[in-house]
Amino acid sequence: MPTRHDTAAPPAKGGAAPARPPAGSANEERRRARLSRRWQRDVRWSPYAFVSPFFLLFLAFGLFPLLYTGWASLHTVELTAPTDMSWAGLRNYTRIFDDEFFWNAAKNTLIIGIISTVPQLMMALGIAHILNYKLRASTFYRVVMLAPYATSIAAATLVFVLLFGRDYGMINWFLGLVGFDAVDWQNDTWFSKIAVSTVVIWRWTGYNALIYLAAMQAIPQDLYESAALDGASRWKQFIHVTLPSLRPTILFTVVVSTIGASQLFAEPLLFDANKGASGGPQHQFQTLGLYLYEQGWVNQHLGRASAIAWTMFLILIVVGIINYVISRRLRASS
Amino acid sequence: MRARTLPHSRLRSSGGTRIARRTRKTVVIAAVAALSAGLLAGCADDGKDEDDSSSDGGGGGGKTKITLGLFGTAGFEESGLYKEYEKLNPDIDIQQTVVERNENYYPALLNHLTTGSGLQDIQMVEVGNIAEIVQTQSDKLLDLSKYGKKSDYLDWKWQQATTADGQTIAVGTDVGPMAICYRKDLFQAAGLPTDREEVGKLWTGSWDKFVETGKKFQEKAPEGTTFLDSPGGLLQAILSGEKDRFYDSSGEVIYKTNPAVKDAFDLTAKAAEDGLIGNQTQFQPAWDTTIANSKFAAMSCPPWMLGYIKGKSKPESAGKWEIAQAPKSGNWGGSFLSVPKNGKNAEEAAKLAAWLTAPEQQAKLFAVQGSFPSTPAAYDSAAVKDAKNDMTGDAPIGTIFAEAAENIPVQTIGAKDQIIQQGLTDNGVILVTQGKSAEEAWKNAVKTIDNALDK
Repeated sequence: MPTRHDTAAPPAKGGAAPARPPAGSANEERRRARLSRRWQRDVRWSPYAFVSPFFLLFLAFGLFPLLYTGWASLHTVELTAPTDMSWAGLRNYTRIFDDEFFWNAAKNTLIIGIISTVPQLMMALGIAHILNYKLRASTFYRVVMLAPYATSIAAATLVFVLLFGRDYGMINWFLGLVGFDAVDWQNDTWFSKIAVSTVVIWRWTGYNALIYLAAMQAIPQDLYESAALDGASRWKQFIHVTLPSLRPTILFTVVVSTIGASQLFAEPLLFDANKGASGGPQHQFQTLGLYLYEQGWVNQHLGRASAIAWTMFLILIVVGIINYVISRRLRASS
Repeated sequence: MRARTLPHSRLRSSGGTRIARRTRKTVVIAAVAALSAGLLAGCADDGKDEDDSSSDGGGGGGKTKITLGLFGTAGFEESGLYKEYEKLNPDIDIQQTVVERNENYYPALLNHLTTGSGLQDIQMVEVGNIAEIVQTQSDKLLDLSKYGKKSDYLDWKWQQATTADGQTIAVGTDVGPMAICYRKDLFQAAGLPTDREEVGKLWTGSWDKFVETGKKFQEKAPEGTTFLDSPGGLLQAILSGEKDRFYDSSGEVIYKTNPAVKDAFDLTAKAAEDGLIGNQTQFQPAWDTTIANSKFAAMSCPPWMLGYIKGKSKPESAGKWEIAQAPKSGNWGGSFLSVPKNGKNAEEAAKLAAWLTAPEQQAKLFAVQGSFPSTPAAYDSAAVKDAKNDMTGDAPIGTIFAEAAENIPVQTIGAKDQIIQQGLTDNGVILVTQGKSAEEAWKNAVKTIDNALDK
């Protein structure tokens, strides 16, 4: 506080200082009170002012859309007239129960989530373990690992579409060389899911590997040394030293990957050869995010799309709770 | 406070870091400023603001800027029509923005129309969406019947953009009168005639005869080739010649019960089961490759398709194509120009839209771009009559398409035509080429379409 000496007033009560002329003292006191009030207000409200930009933006672009979507989900609204809402009650939600496309999409999201997340995290662990050894040009490898993450999803997916082409794709050409039949990567129920998962795995493995690597480098070296003295092989060291130390990191990557998998959208959208949003002719790889987009922007039913969005949100909360319970159990057991 | 004292103490340590620090600070401030400016501009971007600044900066009297929002390859700019109009009207400055695919363009257009912001002075609308625009957005669009001359246009084209109470909210650009393009060399190899009159006679009036011809072709077809390119192309071709397709004249959805639709679906499925059709989806890279590698002998062929074939073919295929009348004439594709009411230059924009779609200009557009005029007066012009295409050699394509255009039935169109057509194709007949039965394919398509139509 920059306080000038001459403005420093005597204590308000008591004190042996000679009384000043009454008018001046009253002035002084008022001024002091004003300053003090201002200072108090400053201390009390400034922090809110400083954090407000985030919350204002969140209000405008996070909370308001969330609530508005909730409101819209209770109505029949079309993209052709978004302000023209007619009350539909909970119909948009109840119809989800027997909407086979929704449950198909939910199933696809789960399956693609599993077959992309599990191999991805395991590979990331392995790669991180290898990179953790002293290697020449380790920075180079780390940068290479991160390159897919820095690539645009659209560009990458379009390249994968070409690679996975049924008639002129490179992967089928290679399969043909080693004597396999051509695979219809776009239309087959399982192979299309595997193809979409491949794009996800390609993109995120390196990112997770770097997170694991960072955690691994924080493990004290003497743990390994004592394990080695006890005669533990490299593999045993990995199982008994590395993995337990990585547990919180693994939990973190599982949570982040689960969130990513449940919101999967761009890869299946761009992988669809028909350039529609139905995720293949028989909706083989239509995820929840894609179904939401199809209802809202292709079929133009904003009310239905909003209900799907909120249902996804509720499902995610349930998944989050399960995740929390499991991680608590794990922490308690360790 | 504490965070701020730290750098200060470092500042004193050496002059070098001070400069580095200051420049970094400048960079950070500049970045933050740029970001927030971008954010604000993003919120405030309305299109109109730009108009203001540019007309102020125009100097002199200040030109009136007219903007067009287009999709695909409209070709107005490529054929020099903007320049010509600007020469005729020195006060006008024309600018366009183009989105490649209508699937991306149309939802954005709806958004802009319903919120009344972000619109261009002229907006293009595809024929698959025109019914929905007429039914739901007509109050936001200018009535162009005073600007365009009704008698210039094909009657059905004019009617498609006219509301129930008689406002014409868009003027027609091109139409897609459909013919059949076929490969002379492949037809000859399979022992079929190659002359366009004789080929046309093989299937006049009946798509069944067309598929029969396909069977004859397939018996002696060169290895690895099919009669047609894709199930979607055949289905589209048959349906485009039907008077009633997915909607009846009262606006009811009848695609499920309309025998014409089911017959078209079944005939396409049968042809696919018999192996007459390639297992491709149109406009996909793999389909492009089948064009380049001459993997099929015939395809349904509106005028704009010739441009597409040309773009995807190898040079040695030039002149190997020929073109014959389809079993029944139909329309595939074509667009409209509409003028939003709240545009600043709505009046001038309406004049430009009418000018761009007048017969003389449409004839020029056909010569350059292959977009076929929706104005019959243009059919007698030299630009149309003498038109040729590299792929089809000497074939008088203008005359052939003009004949097809005049036989197109007045079709009942509906708001969700595009979604129904797409469902029948991408979630329907394509499955037959993947080993599903026609019945399974139909059920899958109906399920998808009904879910899409249900509000």
